[in-house]
Amino acid sequence: MTTTTPAATADAELPRLRLDTPPLLVLPILALLALPLVGSFPTWVTLTIAGLAMGMMIFIMASGLTLVFGLMDVLNFGHGAFVSVGAFTATLVLLPMQGWMQADSVLMNLTALGLAIALAMLVTGALGWAFERIVVMPVYGQHLKQILITMGGMIVAEQMIHVVWGPDQIPLPLPTSFRGVILVGDAAIEKYRLIAVAVGLIVFAAMFLVLNRTKVGLLIRAGVENGEMVEALGYRIRRLFVGVFVAGSALAGLGGVLWGLYKETLTAAMGGDIMVLVFIVIIIGGLGSVGGCFIGALLVALVANYTGFLAPKIALVSNILLMVAILLWRPQGLYPVAKR
Amino acid sequence: MMLHRLLSGDFPRSRFLALALLAIVAALALAPFLFPGARALNVAATICVFVVLVASYDLLLGYTGIVSFAHTMFYGIGAYGIGLTLHSVGPTWGAVFMGLTIAVMLSLALALVIGLFSLRVKAIFYAMITLAVASAFAVLASQLSDFTGGEDGRTFGVPELLRPGFRLIETEIFGTAINGKLITYYLVFFSALALFLLLLRVVNSPFGRVLQAIRENDFRAEALGYRTVAYRTLANCLSAVVATLAGALMALWLRYAGPQTTLAFTIMMDILLIVVIGGMGTLYGAVVGAALFILAQNYLQALMKQGSDALAAVPLLANLLHPDRWLLWLGVLFVLSVYFFPTGIVGKLRGAKKP
Amino acid sequence: MSEQMLSLTGVHTHIGQYHILQGVDLKVPRGELTVLLGRNGAGKTTTLRTTMGLWHASRGALLFDGNDITQAATPDISCAGIAYVPENMGIFSDLTVRENLLLAARAGEPDTARLEWIFGFFPALKKFWNQAAGTLSGGQKQMLAIARAIVEPRKLLLVDEPTKGLAPAIIQSLITAFRELKAMETTILLVEQNFSFVKSLGDTVAVMDDGRIVHSGRMDELAEDRDLQQKLLGLSLDTHQ
Repeated sequence: MTTTTPAATADAELPRLRLDTPPLLVLPILALLALPLVGSFPTWVTLTIAGLAMGMMIFIMASGLTLVFGLMDVLNFGHGAFVSVGAFTATLVLLPMQGWMQADSVLMNLTALGLAIALAMLVTGALGWAFERIVVMPVYGQHLKQILITMGGMIVAEQMIHVVWGPDQIPLPLPTSFRGVILVGDAAIEKYRLIAVAVGLIVFAAMFLVLNRTKVGLLIRAGVENGEMVEALGYRIRRLFVGVFVAGSALAGLGGVLWGLYKETLTAAMGGDIMVLVFIVIIIGGLGSVGGCFIGALLVALVANYTGFLAPKIALVSNILLMVAILLWRPQGLYPVAKR
Repeated sequence: MMLHRLLSGDFPRSRFLALALLAIVAALALAPFLFPGARALNVAATICVFVVLVASYDLLLGYTGIVSFAHTMFYGIGAYGIGLTLHSVGPTWGAVFMGLTIAVMLSLALALVIGLFSLRVKAIFYAMITLAVASAFAVLASQLSDFTGGEDGRTFGVPELLRPGFRLIETEIFGTAINGKLITYYLVFFSALALFLLLLRVVNSPFGRVLQAIRENDFRAEALGYRTVAYRTLANCLSAVVATLAGALMALWLRYAGPQTTLAFTIMMDILLIVVIGGMGTLYGAVVGAALFILAQNYLQALMKQGSDALAAVPLLANLLHPDRWLLWLGVLFVLSVYFFPTGIVGKLRGAKKP
Repeated sequence: MSEQMLSLTGVHTHIGQYHILQGVDLKVPRGELTVLLGRNGAGKTTTLRTTMGLWHASRGALLFDGNDITQAATPDISCAGIAYVPENMGIFSDLTVRENLLLAARAGEPDTARLEWIFGFFPALKKFWNQAAGTLSGGQKQMLAIARAIVEPRKLLLVDEPTKGLAPAIIQSLITAFRELKAMETTILLVEQNFSFVKSLGDTVAVMDDGRIVHSGRMDELAEDRDLQQKLLGLSLDTHQ
């Protein structure tokens, strides 16, 4: 990096780019609105933390999808398959290592979990690579076929999970040191949820750093806007795309592991089930925007948790209403990516 | 000449296809007499309903080029409309028509709202939004259990003419009782036939040709002066209404309406599988595809079970052939079809005719 | 070392069913500024895009610095030494000025001395260094687009209508930039409709109509011959400044 940027000698009153703040405010406003509706502060805290945790996990699952779409105009309707496969692959490590998982040692728990996550991300990353080559690449630019084929791919993947792991649900108990609650005043906060929030923040921070501080990140952000120009500058955007697709699939796998542990049971359809919320999230956030996806995921999860408590029957409908409301405010989503 | 008008000039254009269609229609028309047994008749009735359900989806996907995941929602509205009305008002023809009207109105309204809201946006958006809306609807249907019967659905009585116990004539014809079940079957059969021919008429009309033009190149269609949003919305509404009618027929046949039989995402997948494998944009694909699919669903699985049992020694192979995994093979066939046979079975049959 | 930096021979390009380029023969001499003139729809932009590999020629050959680039992929063509400034400028609005230039500098960081040179005729870029490119004015975006193309030395610059919609003061900056580039013996292929802008800059000129080159020769000859100007370019000439 050149030692002094030329701007250091420029005018003092440089108009800095102002961050687009209104969407950021929706989150705290929503949370505060929910407080009087929920009534009790401790319950509100529990619900909010649950919402944040779930939101982080959905963010991890959705971020890859939105970047892939922004970058290459490909919507992988089969993205849920990576979530399911990630979760099930984790069992290949976690079930044999039950001893380590049940041991009352944070270190042993984390090691087992770490290995499981590593394997899950490796497998889903590889699966993503294969999926991109075999299923997606032949139908670049043909949206209709893309939707159909990726859906078909997901059916096949789900069924293969059944073939390999059997038709039943698989229970996945939490590691010992992650169980239980922390009491903050009257509010009971589950330990695992805090961990999920922490992991989500780490992933978000990592993505933010990569996108804003590395050349690859620059390429991705530029490619989302104008892929043709990136090629004209001499970069092979196809390789970039495959890389992002693989990374997105691996992230979905990570999300799957976290989500599986959250629900403590695994079903082959778990990925497909969460896809509806994932789609709502990426529409709300703005296709192609990681920041938007982050906020969208937290919003959707908070709404799901608050309405799950207040009026469980309309939980999913309320998220659709949220989506409609946001689209009426900003038709391209909260942080639309400036496309040429 | 009459055939030309009946089929709106849209002939099968292939000897094999014509034969297949004839065989299917004949089998369905004479099903109560040819195939004794409740199960066989149920298969026949399901085929009739699915032909209409898939054909109405083909109008949307094959002819207009719109991918929607809300089709089962309209199907469910039709079923629930009839079912809930008959359940609450009573088993009369008045209730049937009332339920039908309510269902069609509701479907039209929803189709209009979703259409106008989303058809302005990219296809991807539309697909996602319909998925979300249909899922929400399904959840609602099972949640509002006081009204809809929840996960278990609603059984209800039907007008006397359609009840199994009702006898039109005392004597049996060809060993089959002429009872309410038979009458219901023919109601389903002839309605399905009429609706299919109606769809055939629509896709071969000027309206249908504009839809196809929009599917090919909506920019050009717009430039030529066609308001594509209006056409798409109309196609959406028409498709929704026919799906609703299909749902009503199914409900009348089963005397039951429930989320698993109408709103489940597996049904949406079945529709997609049938329309692609049968042949998108042909309407006849729906006939051939639905017949093959429903037959396979009911009878192929027994075959698979035999294969699976025979391979019990090799767990992985046995699992692959397990009857529950028939969706796996269908999924593979589906993916292969989208790649290699985008025109489906009908396309292949028609192609085979060429020298 | 061939005399032509770029030569197109009998190039045809089809976009869908439209036959845009119908046998283009164009020679871009090394070290000179070649102007490509023509009315709207003549095929000038298509020529540049085909050269850049964004669209592929259905017939004919393109040679760059002696190498056949007819079927080459865009990134390879760019790495071979061609820089492209498209009509819509193609700047990345979400990225800052600095980040835009960073991407263009394939060697890693832009060379400081080179940057100072660019700031010489495009001072606004220095001022808005850390600002998102989308907030710049039209003229400043154009400056950034050109700066991106020259932040590292390239063998050939393809520039598509840089003066469109720009204020006279900005156009003056562009003239300065092109003069300095010419002094460094950069080969430039410049598409323009503003004849008075290119009159003094151009060495060679080619005129396009209906997907073909209908005239090519020296710029000073065309600048003298008002009748020829009228015939080739119609009345569109002097309506620009």
